[in-house]
Formats: sequence, C-alpha cells, structure tokens
Amino acid sequence: MKRLVPLLAGMVFGLGLAISGMTSPARVKAFLDVTGAWDPTLAFVMGGALTVAAPLFYWARRRGTTLEGHALPSGPAGPVDRRLIGGAALFGIGWGVAGLCPGPGLANLAIQPLHALAFVVPLIIGLLLSRRD
Amino acid sequence: MVAPAIVPALVGGALIGLASGGLWLARGQIAGISGIVRIALRGPDRGWRWAFLAGLVLAGGVARLWAGPDLARGLGETSLPRLAIAGLLVGLGTGWANGCTSGHGICGLARLSPRSLVAVPVFMAAAAITVWILKAGQ
Repeated sequence: MKRLVPLLAGMVFGLGLAISGMTSPARVKAFLDVTGAWDPTLAFVMGGALTVAAPLFYWARRRGTTLEGHALPSGPAGPVDRRLIGGAALFGIGWGVAGLCPGPGLANLAIQPLHALAFVVPLIIGLLLSRRD
Repeated sequence: MVAPAIVPALVGGALIGLASGGLWLARGQIAGISGIVRIALRGPDRGWRWAFLAGLVLAGGVARLWAGPDLARGLGETSLPRLAIAGLLVGLGTGWANGCTSGHGICGLARLSPRSLVAVPVFMAAAAITVWILKAGQ
C-alpha cells in the first residue's frame, strides 16, 4: 500500500488533467485570457476538484487519523509573507507564458516529450534553486 | 443551458479532487505536484513521491493512446526557449510559494489554508495579466 496508493492517486490525477483539458496550453491560455475571448470552461476543473476534495479533507479532519490509522500530519503552517506572495506571482507569470503548470507539464512528458522536457528540466532547476536545504 | 464542454472539465476536475482528497484521507500525503517533485529529488520519504509521479506520467501516456496528441494542443507551437523560461519561473515561484495549482489550488483551498487563500488569487491574477500583456505585445 505504501507505493500502490500513491501510484493510483498519480494515475487518477493525471487522467483527470488529461480529461479536463488542463494538458493543453491553448485551452489554459484561453481560460487565462479574461480580457479577450475568455473561455471560462477550465474554472469548472477547480470547481469539480474542490467539490470532491473538500469533503474528503473534512472527513480526514473529523477522523483525526488516516484510513490506515496513522495520525494526520499538521499542515505546512507558516505566515503569509513576501516569499509566498512573490513566489505565487512568479509562478503565475510562468504559467501565463507557457500555459503549463507543474502537473500538466509532467503529464505531457508522455504526450509531447520534447516540448514537455523543455519546460520540466528548467522547472526542476528552479525548484532546486528556490531553497538551500 | 449547460455548455457541453464543461462536462469533461467537471469530470476531470472530480478525478483530480478524488486523487488529492483520497491520498490525504488514506495516507496523510499532500498531492502537491511542485512539492512532490522537489522532495522526490532532495528530501526524506522519496519512495511514495516517485510512485505518484510515475502514475502521473503513465496516465499521460494512457490518455495519449486514447485521445491522441491533441491533448497537448498549443504545446507544439510554443518555442522551446519560451517553455524553458516559463519552466524556470514556475519552478522558482512554486518553490518559494511552497505550492502550485494542485498544492495551493486544490489541497490548500479544500482545507481552507490561509496561505493558499492568498496564493491562489495572486497566481491567477499574475497569469491573467501575463497573458494580457503578451497578447498586447503581439
């Protein structure tokens, strides 16, 4: 179960990205193009995801333990600081430039490998540069 | 009237929510892609993270067999240097913010994390402004 559940979760997550349209930079850019020919469809991806995820997170909180019986880790607390806001802004700029965020970038390794790699390799470098630990 | 295009968006979104909520409920693990990638390369407890990432890429392959390369529409027309610059910005930004569309946008919002309630509108606005500026410059 240690690896099987995460493997299945990754597969379901990836299928969700593909079915929803999130793997297409053209679709994502049309969603982000709020001042132009805005296509709001992808807002329903987040809507659908939160509709399912929120009750599951709530259920876990009520139980206080995972289904496997372990204590739930405390969330990554921490302040709302400049690092959070600046990082989110930088991420948003990159998302707008390519029409890709990390999940679709990785799923696209199996769909359009060369272009996905051009995004994913610098993504990894950026992630590793972002902290010293 | 419900536009038919929202059905796959809702279904795909529900699957993403099922994977994220399910992983947290079953194992107490956060399905935040940027964090999973970072810690899979340099951090503790790497095994489940590699399993998750393998599943994610595998799903992309299965989806491609089923639906074809149109799944990535727009990707092939984006130049490689542009993708590289975007990737670096996304990597640095999600590293500093400690989360991306999945970690903050799904897991964080689903549990009403104050940090995510700030991060999501910030990256949404930054992305929309970027698309607007790039279009104006064409």
